Amino acid sequence: MDWQDSPEQAQFRTEVADFIQARLPERYRSGDENSDETQTTGWQADRKSNDPSAKESAINWADALAEKGWIAPHWPKEYGGAGLSVMEQFIYNQEMAKADAPPVGGMGVSLLGPTMIVHGSEEQKAEHLPKILSGEVAWAQGYSEPSSGSDLASLQTRAIRDGDDFVINGQKIWTSGAQYADWLFALVRTDPEAPKHRGISFLVMDITTPGLTVRPIIDMGWQEPFNETFFEDVRVSTSNVIGEENRGWYVGMTLLDFERSGISGAIEYERTIKELIEYVNSEPENDIKTRDDFESVRHQIADRYLEVNVLFNFAFRIVSMQNSGMVPNYEASVNKMFGSETHQRLARTGTKVFGLYSNLWSEENEYAPMRSLFTRDYVRSVPHTIFSGSSEIQRNVIATRGLGLPRG
Amino acid sequence: MDLGLTEMQEMLKNGARDFLENECPEQLVRDMEEDEAGYSTSLWEKMAEQGWQGLLIPEEHGGAGFNFLDLCVLLEEFGRALVPGPFMSTVLGGAVPLIEIGSEDQKAEFLPKIASGDVIFTLALTEPSARFDEEGVQCQASVDGNNVTFNGVKLFVPDANVADYMIVAGRSEKGVTLGIVATDQDGVDVTQLQTIARDKQAEVKLNNAQGQLLGVEGEGWEALAPVIHRYTVGECAYMVGLAQMDFEISVDYAKERVQFGRPIGSFQAIQHKCADMVTDVDGSRFIMYKAAWAISTGQSDEETQMSVNMAKAWCSDATRRVVAHGQQIHGGIGFTKDYKIQLYFRRQKRAELSFGDADYHRELVAQQLGI
Ligand SMILES: Cc1cc2nc3c(=O)[nH]c(=O)nc-3n(C[C@H](O)[C@H](O)[C@H](O)COP(=O)(O)OP(=O)(O)OC[C@H]3O[C@@H](n4cnc5c(N)ncnc54)[C@H](O)[C@@H]3O)c2cc1C
Repeated sequence: MDWQDSPEQAQFRTEVADFIQARLPERYRSGDENSDETQTTGWQADRKSNDPSAKESAINWADALAEKGWIAPHWPKEYGGAGLSVMEQFIYNQEMAKADAPPVGGMGVSLLGPTMIVHGSEEQKAEHLPKILSGEVAWAQGYSEPSSGSDLASLQTRAIRDGDDFVINGQKIWTSGAQYADWLFALVRTDPEAPKHRGISFLVMDITTPGLTVRPIIDMGWQEPFNETFFEDVRVSTSNVIGEENRGWYVGMTLLDFERSGISGAIEYERTIKELIEYVNSEPENDIKTRDDFESVRHQIADRYLEVNVLFNFAFRIVSMQNSGMVPNYEASVNKMFGSETHQRLARTGTKVFGLYSNLWSEENEYAPMRSLFTRDYVRSVPHTIFSGSSEIQRNVIATRGLGLPRG
Repeated sequence: MDLGLTEMQEMLKNGARDFLENECPEQLVRDMEEDEAGYSTSLWEKMAEQGWQGLLIPEEHGGAGFNFLDLCVLLEEFGRALVPGPFMSTVLGGAVPLIEIGSEDQKAEFLPKIASGDVIFTLALTEPSARFDEEGVQCQASVDGNNVTFNGVKLFVPDANVADYMIVAGRSEKGVTLGIVATDQDGVDVTQLQTIARDKQAEVKLNNAQGQLLGVEGEGWEALAPVIHRYTVGECAYMVGLAQMDFEISVDYAKERVQFGRPIGSFQAIQHKCADMVTDVDGSRFIMYKAAWAISTGQSDEETQMSVNMAKAWCSDATRRVVAHGQQIHGGIGFTKDYKIQLYFRRQKRAELSFGDADYHRELVAQQLGI
């Protein structure tokens, strides 16, 4: 076993780090007052921003990455990606996360593109992939419905064939970033008679198609990260089906597997812990006294640091398996579950370090320690154990798929 | 030995529950998050008619003369209904110190007005150091006869935006010194803070603020001990009620919410959470009442101190586990502003932080155990 880079890997790491250092726009640099705000809505919102400087940063960063093919480092070269090996992707993702550099291209790059590369027709790839890479088209994911969350395959949004079109009626919910998106990929029911997993199709559509309405939902942090998406007689050409009709569940599952790997959490939390330790060890220039004089708080910070190292290894294990030709099974669930729960524990520890100051929400308040990052994270990390397969679903998966226990 | 409530306490509890269900609905709680004052004057007046502000106040001063444990029964219901406004700051931060150390004149002047709901009090204790111990009191106090002048900054002062008077803790050359300060003077400058619970807490700048001396100069810290004990346990009672309600809402939801063709409550993962929640809520309730009982029955200083620290250490962590489970059981809907469960989650954090969280109290427990 070896936790160290090979010389080639070290060289690649330096290349990525140097590149980010040289090219990352000011707006995205850590410590910048904007960085916490941009974290929630990200590059995709900046791209659609009315603020010219936000828009310019988004475009400049995308252009810089595009020079290297690093908008989509995991896509094959023939589709405009960088064709990086899984280990190189791992290193790339680590360095991006260390610098808190926003990934570009949103769900188009991370989810839709890889799925389309596997299941799409050549025409579909030619039409959509270049626009994802150029940043021209942003995507949103329309899977969940009001009555179909964890039980996604129970989804009811109905698409009925009418000549060369599907006519769609129904509702999606929690559609992240749909208000900034240009296109939507959705799972819809095309055969209500078939068993629930076998009557679903994977459809893509222009989000401005008549009959399609997007309505933002305010979250408990008083922001609008997600939406309700309504379909009223929405007409979409049958040529917009990705993969085979009624096989959409399996097309969609390819995507969920992409959703569950990832190293950025471990890197991000480690950075946060280091910042916290630095903060409590320095003499704050204002009057804020932290709680590092308490044994238990010091112990908690240490616990979080251990957890982050454990988490790193969970992610690392997935990549090592793939690197040696194995197919991860329940390991991705362990990573997702442990990572999201560590995130919540870290936010909690942060709020404890600052005592009463953890009341403060606004990052601008002069009293706010570390820009109130932990207080806001305490609220904003709440859904991390819910989306992309809740912690309970992950534990079910670990128990049934991983450990072979009978299903409940 | 008995863990049940007396008949009178049952009446108080049931009466309060009925009253608050009508008078303090969720919409009021939400409206007060965005309200400048943060409380409803009509509810405040009706609470006074119920005799609640005066519950602890002796009858000769216009109150009901109940004991502290009785008040905790009421505060549990307040937590359940998430009652917004300056009740705890007035009763625990104002009436309690006046009852404990006020002169006869001061009691006669203020207690009847508190009982009738005519004045609002708060306790200006914490400072930018955010400490809860004696060292935390650095605001300057200078005493001249019965008058005291304060200079300094108080931070996280609850309900200072609407308080008529504050009990201020300052420090003179003789030590911690308390005073009753009217807020309608130039020397008192109140700046509201935006908080996680959207409650009203403030920075209060005292610039030659004038007040009347409360108790004896230099003996303020000892005098505050019973106040801090009661306020701390009061926060526990509020958390217990809040957690109980969060738990009930979550269990109801788990019974109704259907995924995979059956209620999510039929899933082991959810069932285990509900079981953890009720264990934590009940555990919190009894340890809180143990402390309330020690205070009300005048147990030894050591036993009282220890039981207060244990209650706050346990309730702070346990109720946080409860509201976190409440969020998780609700899935995505729980993260929305519109759905009620988040109201409990954010308020739990406020109460958890107030007068020291579990770490603070666990440390004191450890010290008392001689660790
Ligand atoms: C911030 C955020 C962003 C999101 N973005 C998107 C998006 O872009 N596109 C999209 O399609 N969806 C999105 N979602 C939806 C997300 O995928 C769902 O919230 C998630 O699938 C859970 O569904 P639900 O909210 O209906 O909760 P439910 O499925 O109702 O779950 C409620 C509770 O029941 C538990 N539960 C359910 N089934 C089981 C079981 N079998 N065993 C044990 N416990 C179970 C859950 O773990 C949870 O605790 C987002 C959600 C959030 C919160």
